[in-house]
Amino acid sequence: MGTFFLHLFWAGLVGGLFCLIAQLLIDYTALTPARILVLYVVAGVVLGALGLFTPLKNLAGAGATVPLIGFGGNIAEGVRDAVDTSGLLGVMTGPLTAAAAGTTAALVFSYLAAILFSSKPKTQ
Amino acid sequence: MEKKEYGKLVKRRASRSPALKNCLAAFFVGGGICILGQCLTELWVALGLDLKTAGTVTTIVLVFLAALLTGIGVFDRIARFAGAGTLVPVTGFANAVVSPAIDNKSEGLLLGVGAKIFTVAGPVLLFGTLAGVVWGLIYYIFTLFVR
Repeated sequence: MGTFFLHLFWAGLVGGLFCLIAQLLIDYTALTPARILVLYVVAGVVLGALGLFTPLKNLAGAGATVPLIGFGGNIAEGVRDAVDTSGLLGVMTGPLTAAAAGTTAALVFSYLAAILFSSKPKTQ
Repeated sequence: MEKKEYGKLVKRRASRSPALKNCLAAFFVGGGICILGQCLTELWVALGLDLKTAGTVTTIVLVFLAALLTGIGVFDRIARFAGAGTLVPVTGFANAVVSPAIDNKSEGLLLGVGAKIFTVAGPVLLFGTLAGVVWGLIYYIFTLFVR
């Protein structure tokens, strides 16, 4: 049970820090939220390519995989595995295979939401 | 109000910046979402899934929740408070896909939603894929020399 709470602690700390860094980027630079999403995915690929994503994932679990960094990290690891098994063709199949679950979920649930819901008037 | 007095007031308001509050909200909400993700992942592992599959299922569940909360209009209210705390987790990606899809429903369920669903998903997927291909090529060339 002790390790369970330790896992939660690291997940919250690392995941929270990724969000805090993004908040600083929003408040102090010209980066828009959409650009930050792109930046984080690419940063995740770079972390994965440098071999840093796996140790981070081992430490922080969902703190590394839930932020969009994890989407990129997954892509980097998926590409490496695909190149290991199918060589040069893996360069083509790896990225989207690794991104498949998250992307498909987002597209399918979004389309369902678009059918079921209508946009609310913005209240601010 | 005197012009000078007004200037002082503006300055005081501006210096009491919401930056600290924003950072704390982002840290705790974002951290909380990751803790929820960790709980879900551990649950799937306890139910017999391997760690990688469990992580994938967690992603799908979080995307579903974000899509649902966006649809009923709750997500935007949380996001206004949490800022990057809801943006950076995969919930933010899901929200960025769902929102334009719903908002452009009036342009038609075929081409309107079909195109606008990729407003943010498009750049994310494109640059994620490009970065992956660049890394794949580097890794492939590397394996040629090491094997």
